[in-house]
Amino acid sequence: MNSEKIFRYLLIGSGVLIVFIALGIIATLFVGAIPSFKEFGFGFIYSSDWNPTQGRESYGALPFIIGTLVTSILALLITFPFAFSISLFLGEYFKNGKLPSFLRSVIDLLAGIPSVVYGLWGFYALRPIITDLGLNAQGFGIFTSSIVLAIMIIPYASSLGSEVISMVPGSLKEAAYSLGATRFEVVKTVIIPNAGSGIFAGYILALGRAIGETMAVTMLIGNSNRIPTGIFDLGNTMASLIANQFGEAEGLKYTSLVEIGLLLFIITGVVNYIGKLIMKKLSA
Amino acid sequence: MKKFQLLLTALIAIALMTSCGGSGKEKASTEKAEAITGAGATFPQPFYNKIFKNYSSEKDLIVTYGGIGSGGGIRSLKDEIVDFGASDAFLTDAKLAEMPSEVLHIPTCLGAVVAAYNLPEKPELKFTAELMEGIFMGKITNWSDVRIAAVNPGINLPDLAITVVYRSDGSGTTFIFSDYMSKVSTDWKENIGTGKALQWPVGIGAKGNPGVAGTIGQTLGAIGYIGSEYAFAQGIPVASIQNLAGNFIHPSVESVSAAAKGEMPDDTRVSLTNTDASDGYPISSFTWLIIYKEQNYKNRSFDQAVQTIKLIDWAISADAQKETTKVHYAPLPESAVTKAKAVLSKVTYNGKALN
Repeated sequence: MNSEKIFRYLLIGSGVLIVFIALGIIATLFVGAIPSFKEFGFGFIYSSDWNPTQGRESYGALPFIIGTLVTSILALLITFPFAFSISLFLGEYFKNGKLPSFLRSVIDLLAGIPSVVYGLWGFYALRPIITDLGLNAQGFGIFTSSIVLAIMIIPYASSLGSEVISMVPGSLKEAAYSLGATRFEVVKTVIIPNAGSGIFAGYILALGRAIGETMAVTMLIGNSNRIPTGIFDLGNTMASLIANQFGEAEGLKYTSLVEIGLLLFIITGVVNYIGKLIMKKLSA
Repeated sequence: MKKFQLLLTALIAIALMTSCGGSGKEKASTEKAEAITGAGATFPQPFYNKIFKNYSSEKDLIVTYGGIGSGGGIRSLKDEIVDFGASDAFLTDAKLAEMPSEVLHIPTCLGAVVAAYNLPEKPELKFTAELMEGIFMGKITNWSDVRIAAVNPGINLPDLAITVVYRSDGSGTTFIFSDYMSKVSTDWKENIGTGKALQWPVGIGAKGNPGVAGTIGQTLGAIGYIGSEYAFAQGIPVASIQNLAGNFIHPSVESVSAAAKGEMPDDTRVSLTNTDASDGYPISSFTWLIIYKEQNYKNRSFDQAVQTIKLIDWAISADAQKETTKVHYAPLPESAVTKAKAVLSKVTYNGKALN
């Protein structure tokens, strides 16, 4: 009896604590961003000027919002065919056996590699290839970052997908086969409609991860605080900017960085919300 | 059930311990100092780490230094959570006015910012101030430009695009570099200015000295600026730069030290860039420790104040200064040591002089 109560209070306590911490973080960001908002208003969001020189200080988030969205969406597009194939391979075609379990461990391994190691790999291995292909003079930029991001998010995009694909009821598939459907037709008409929302949820999770990724991007994107003119141009993302400039920031620059953090938080929230809406539509 | 009780007891115990820890920190004014804490610039950190370690083992006093950046060092001193701060840029009059009480600057050693580049055949290049402006502002975009060749006769310059590499993180290195550029170029002064982070018209940003050096090393045709202590330690090829007297000076411990030979104000707050010393390297700078003039703040004990000043006094002594070159910094010239000692003698505790 007593232990039941304690257990309950513990559960309630830890649940409430998490809510408080989350609200506290949002409150801190809000309070920290107020001076910047007072100075620049909504212009902060669409201004492309980032000038930290004293006396000429002017901050705008647009280059970083664009950089963040372009790198992560491009990464998701690159990762999509791979993640989807892996999901199908592991969820439907080869559920058991040595090869699939080996593949599964390799994908788990990808998720476990620290992002700074991805950055190193991109810097020393991928960059020379990009330069040799003549895509861009120094090998840095949005495209290079997106490729590395795409590899980083494969585990997130594929594992949830393979999970839900393997959970599609066997009776449905068997019914389709008995009607003479080929395997491809089963995938198209039974598996995708059934597992669609779960597969999609995986992509949203992956996109969220790509939006927040910092270290690997910092090392590869070129950190130019201008609006990129194309996918092979240099750029910068919100997370990378904060990581770079936080150390020596003070005054207006500090509060502008906090506002960037708040915007990043909002963007991630909006992306997750849109994802949930689409998932609802798909599963309805 | 027993498990939950155990867990609860543990939680309560932890809560009690943390609350006790808080109240135990109050210091009586007569207490002996056990540890001295400082924080700030990362640029002189290898030097500070070395001398503070030596001092700690000699005096049986723990000295800790956190390399959190000059801005962080100033903030920590302002919040009165450290015994001393450290900064690569001296505090401006406006910043000094923001501090809770009077702050003193004590220079500890000198460093420089060097221009490093990656060219085939590794030629030794010379740059004038005009060339520096042209290259780093994106007006000169190719190594085969006649303006570079005019200053570097007899050197085979390739037809190769110039890639400028700068620090993406806020840095004292960028501050010193831009301070020099603003002094020698009006275009730079008006359009880019001086600061720890800048709005760059061209180039790639990389994080930290290792990031910039790595990017230069990996990119043919790249040029960037690096802290001298890092470039010297790594043996990176660097350019000679023309100083105010018209001499091309190769950065070295001697030429950086020589930059500090000129006139110096009594509070030691002086920018050495574009020095008028004829043998001085033009992009040199002091790095400073900063302390409060009145050492009785936040319940610090008298001994804490005495030990802090003793430590700093030792850092500018010949004993500590001879360590500078071992970690690739330049020692203070005699004139600077004299001024620094004079500044230290102003320190007080409850209004009474310490030394």
